[in-house]
Amino acid sequence: MRSADLLEFAWQVLRGYRARTLLILLAMGIGVAAVVAVTSLGEGARLYVVNQFGSLGTNLVIVLPGRSETAGAMPGVLIGKTPRDLTLEDALALKRSHAIRRIAPLVVGTGDVHVGARVRETPVLGSTAEMKDVRSMEVALGRFLPEADPRQSAPVCVIGAKVAAELFGARQALGEWIRIGDRRFRVIGVAAKQGQSLGFNTDEIVIVPIAAAQALFNTEALFRILVEAKSREQIAAAKSDVEEIIRLRHEGERDVTVITQDAVLATFDRILRALTLAVAGIAAISLAVAGILIMNVMLIAVTQRRREIGLLKALGATARQVRLMFLTEAVLLAIGGAAVGLAVGQIARQLAAQLYPAIPFEAPWWAMLAAPATAVITAVLFTLAPARRAARLDPVQALSRR
Amino acid sequence: MIRLTGIERTFVVGGEMVRALRGVDLHVARGEYLSIMGPSGSGKSTLLNMIGLLDRPNAGTYELDGHDVTALDDDQLARVRREMMGFVFQFFHLVQRLTAAQNIELPMVLAGIDPGERRARLERLLSDYGLADRGGHRPDQLSGGQCQRVAIARAMSMGPSVILADEPTGNLDRRTGQEVMAVLEQVHRDGGTVLLVTHDPEIGSHAKRRLRMVDGAIVSDERVD
Ligand SMILES: Nc1ncnc2c1ncn2[C@@H]1O[C@H](COP(=O)(O)OP(=O)(O)OP(=O)(O)O)[C@@H](O)[C@H]1O
Ligand SMILES: [Mg+2]
Repeated sequence: MRSADLLEFAWQVLRGYRARTLLILLAMGIGVAAVVAVTSLGEGARLYVVNQFGSLGTNLVIVLPGRSETAGAMPGVLIGKTPRDLTLEDALALKRSHAIRRIAPLVVGTGDVHVGARVRETPVLGSTAEMKDVRSMEVALGRFLPEADPRQSAPVCVIGAKVAAELFGARQALGEWIRIGDRRFRVIGVAAKQGQSLGFNTDEIVIVPIAAAQALFNTEALFRILVEAKSREQIAAAKSDVEEIIRLRHEGERDVTVITQDAVLATFDRILRALTLAVAGIAAISLAVAGILIMNVMLIAVTQRRREIGLLKALGATARQVRLMFLTEAVLLAIGGAAVGLAVGQIARQLAAQLYPAIPFEAPWWAMLAAPATAVITAVLFTLAPARRAARLDPVQALSRR
Repeated sequence: MIRLTGIERTFVVGGEMVRALRGVDLHVARGEYLSIMGPSGSGKSTLLNMIGLLDRPNAGTYELDGHDVTALDDDQLARVRREMMGFVFQFFHLVQRLTAAQNIELPMVLAGIDPGERRARLERLLSDYGLADRGGHRPDQLSGGQCQRVAIARAMSMGPSVILADEPTGNLDRRTGQEVMAVLEQVHRDGGTVLLVTHDPEIGSHAKRRLRMVDGAIVSDERVD
């Protein structure tokens, strides 16, 4: 039997039993579409997180007070007693490392910001001029904090775009004075819109010199230190330098956690990849269900088409040919279902992309291959038994009315 | 060309042995036109299926063109069937979703004959059996007589040496039955070996050689000229 004729024959069967064909296409299609949609979602989430971390700054190393048990990506459970604070002197000492280009110590608090009669409660961030480059920030108007001795507090601030709009409305904010608690600051810059990243929305904060923030919140303790390594290759060196310098300054105690952006990224990447795989696996179960449906339908078909099979054998069809006819039918159904599923999955992806433009929904290539492949393989596997049963039918009995 | 010797066929039905064929000996020469008659259950269909290689004997030998075919495996039997046997059934057994032309083509499709050759043979078969304008019709759009002619054309498509017809007129009215018999006679005149099972003595009388079966055995074998 020629392959073209085999295909043609299977095609005639699919056309002949239209309702049945549509049902299986639907089941297969849903399975494949589910895999595509779910993996696009997972991959979208992964890329979103990766991009978010990427926008934090490059070659970033973050120093947190306290030792995390895992010493890895996530600052988790603290063990032992309350750790020693990180201080500004600790931060400045880090400059000794040759692997480190810039440092940005951070103090964080919340303050009431007054402009005339208007008051707004805002997160207040104390840092240094280097924060701008460490965090890859942009200033929309004016300039960032001036280069100066970080121990001195100049009465200046940079405010977020949203804060500016709320406190000054349409008025020019640059050069105006604001009051936080009992201290006054002159606005020297307005930060460009950057949105949310790592817990801060730069549109909604006020940035003041670190010494001013320390005085404002009456604390010596740093929230964390952002460190920029000189290059990607130097990240590891920067990390160990930080650990060593702080250990020496803290009387030999290893009481800080140093995390690298790379490690955080890699962890998130791993977690989200695993998650995507897991949900893809769950979605693939619906493909197995479709496979069982195919098996059931094929078993019914063998009974329904007993006479036809008997006839084909009487006309000289070999067992192999009968098996191939059923398998071809199943493969055509699977390919059709996969095509429907990929199309529906793409439509779902585009809809999601329109609803959430920030998340880069994209089905990973492996899912685009694995879903149709799984569809075809399940279809073939689940058709093997019915096809064998058909091939074994005794033609005399199949043709008789008994 | 067909030589059966001591053919036995037993079925086990509910623990009981049914001897459908009891030591049948039969020799059929090429080009013979032979009818098989006998009461219901006498083993006519079983004999025909045996000759058509759809069934295997429990004992005895079957030589086809001098070759022992009882030793062949299922796939080899299928190939011999495809090349040498043409079946015509009481209930036509046409595939309902296929057109008349597609039904006629089936054996050629199974044999892997290329489409050009198929078309040529199909055209001839359609006109030979008076179906020239019916090729595109489905079985449910054809009369019973037309359906049986499609079935005969299908049986003839591979140019078989033997035509096996099991009550080909059993499902047709008298006039259409005559029509179909005329077609079978034409096959015979063109040199085909025709084996015909029937209940109808008038139909059976078309044949030049008449077998009678009772209880799985051939009880009479007469030739007329
Ligand atoms: N597949 C089978 N299983 C069990 N018994 C069978 C089978 N096929 C035939 N038989 C039995 O073998 C005997 C002969 O059957 P067969 O069909 O050859 O008779 P027949 O002469 O063709 O009868 P009819 O004129 O009714 O078609 C019967 O008793 C029948 O019940
Ligand atoms: Mg019978």
